[in-house]
Amino acid sequence: MIAYIMCFILFLVGLYGVITRRNLVKIAVSLSIMEISIFLLFALIGYVDGGVAPIVDPADPVKTYVDPLPQAMVLTAIVIGLATTAMLMTIIIRLYRKYGTFDIREIKNLRG
Amino acid sequence: MNPLLPFFVITPLAGAFLIMIIGRFVSDFNKYFTSLILLFLACISFYFLFTTGENIYVYKVGGWEPVNKVPIGIYMVMDGFTAIIVCIINLIGFLSAFYSISYIKRYTAENYFYALFCLMIAGMNGVVISGDLFNIFVFLEISVISSYALVAFGVEKNELEASFKYQVLGALASFLILIGIGLIYWKAKTLNIADIKTAFSNGYDKTYYLFVQIVILSGFGLKAAIIPFHAWLPDAHSSAPSPISAMLSGVLIKAVGIYVIIRLFFNMFIISESMSILITTLGTLSMVIGVFLAIGQWDIKRLLAYHSISQMGYVVLSVGIGMILVSRGIKPEVAALAITGGIFHLINHAAFKGLLFLNAGAIEYTIGTRDLKEMGGLAKDMPATSATSFVASMSISGIPPFNGFFSKLVIIIAAVMARFYLLAVLAVIVSIITLASFLKFQRYAFYNKSDIKRDKIKEVPFPMVFSMVILSIICLMLSLLIIPEIRETILTPAINILTDPLKYSSTIIGQ
Repeated sequence: MIAYIMCFILFLVGLYGVITRRNLVKIAVSLSIMEISIFLLFALIGYVDGGVAPIVDPADPVKTYVDPLPQAMVLTAIVIGLATTAMLMTIIIRLYRKYGTFDIREIKNLRG
Repeated sequence: MNPLLPFFVITPLAGAFLIMIIGRFVSDFNKYFTSLILLFLACISFYFLFTTGENIYVYKVGGWEPVNKVPIGIYMVMDGFTAIIVCIINLIGFLSAFYSISYIKRYTAENYFYALFCLMIAGMNGVVISGDLFNIFVFLEISVISSYALVAFGVEKNELEASFKYQVLGALASFLILIGIGLIYWKAKTLNIADIKTAFSNGYDKTYYLFVQIVILSGFGLKAAIIPFHAWLPDAHSSAPSPISAMLSGVLIKAVGIYVIIRLFFNMFIISESMSILITTLGTLSMVIGVFLAIGQWDIKRLLAYHSISQMGYVVLSVGIGMILVSRGIKPEVAALAITGGIFHLINHAAFKGLLFLNAGAIEYTIGTRDLKEMGGLAKDMPATSATSFVASMSISGIPPFNGFFSKLVIIIAAVMARFYLLAVLAVIVSIITLASFLKFQRYAFYNKSDIKRDKIKEVPFPMVFSMVILSIICLMLSLLIIPEIRETILTPAINILTDPLKYSSTIIGQ
């Protein structure tokens, strides 16, 4: 249970960062923190008490295995997260070149 | 097993890579190749539209057959509803790609543009055709990451800012979707949509189920820009290059937002009354607030973007009415009528909003501004743009005999028959305000006398005119869907698959 609560706290830390930080890079970092908390949730979903890595052993058929599917999903999601973060960083660097600042309060051409 | 299904994903993906490689050595390869790919996809999607009917085709990727009737592989599913959306994606995609042939000359790096365009199409086709929850997420990320890049394609201040906003909110939406998928997998122990339905119909924890539904609804609602989640849409859709705006507004918010919401809530979750009332409320809010936000806009593309929110409100509202009736188990024919209206309006919106954004692009291409106050008197010099935009404006405001009239009529009749009189009145009022807003657009852009001195302007080049004329013909042709015989071949299979609670899951599990 404590693991789930820690995972949720990590999510909230990321959300707090996204909402309160003014620096573009810090927003990107906060998004990554949120993302990692979700990956942890997936790992917890697949966890089975006393389970081992799911490599089937014919000698011992009653062994308990952890669920391998959430692990596969997390691997896919990590790769996608990498692409998203890289894309976000590219845009932040471009914004820095245009405005000369990372401060989100000074980047507000679009409104209404 | 239908061997044609994977082509919807493979062809544009392969196209994107070929464009990046061959496009470096052969000039003009990129634009014609993209149009060719999309023409091919549009042809096979039309083939599916007319042949699918009540069938459900399944393709199992890698040939993983089900074990003890439990699906274990990745499924691609084609049914009546999917066929309609695939058709919209590839047809509007083809016309936008053809339009880009002359429009995109103002930008450098055409290769990147066409490669990203192909990737976006691959992602959307994948979302729509996938029968598996996690694959929906993967393909959704493919399409939205390429759309982030395409929104920022102009690399000026506004484009970058819009793209940043879009990315932060898009990332939050992806997280919510991912959490939702994880929570569903936790209880159902499967990812196949049809299988999840069977797993949940064997009993479930009510509170948990409601929480999952709300997480999924907010995730996909963010992608679909339903009203409390709409903040990114006007910026992103107005900053992108015009053919991309047409794709984003006309197709992307439907394929990765509305389509998935409808599919999951009808075919995966068991419809509950509280959720359907929530969805109807969100739809009504989008419809009303969207149009009021649109009315004060002077930038054409922002105006059109706000109208997208409002028109999507119509779709969500009428599908929501259908859901309420289905969940109460009363008046099945009115529920079917409401869902028909919603899907009909979704198709129509793709046609006329795509056309309006292409018109806005044509105006920007010629006079270099998007501000309505700086236009005027364009009707004389740009007859094709003026005529097609008139067709689109009348369609979106619901004037007969254009397509928007019939779909709004069906929605309003369904709302009255379901005794939601307030919603029917609101739909009429919003339609009138939409008409006012588009008369303003017509008058300021095309008919007013302009005091501004400008060089002699010419009509836009052939590819742009071609796309706009074809789309305006489609706008007129779609009115024919109201005729019962045509409706029964195209719309009714989609409605049946949605309203029948067990057909989707039992057919797929049985194969």
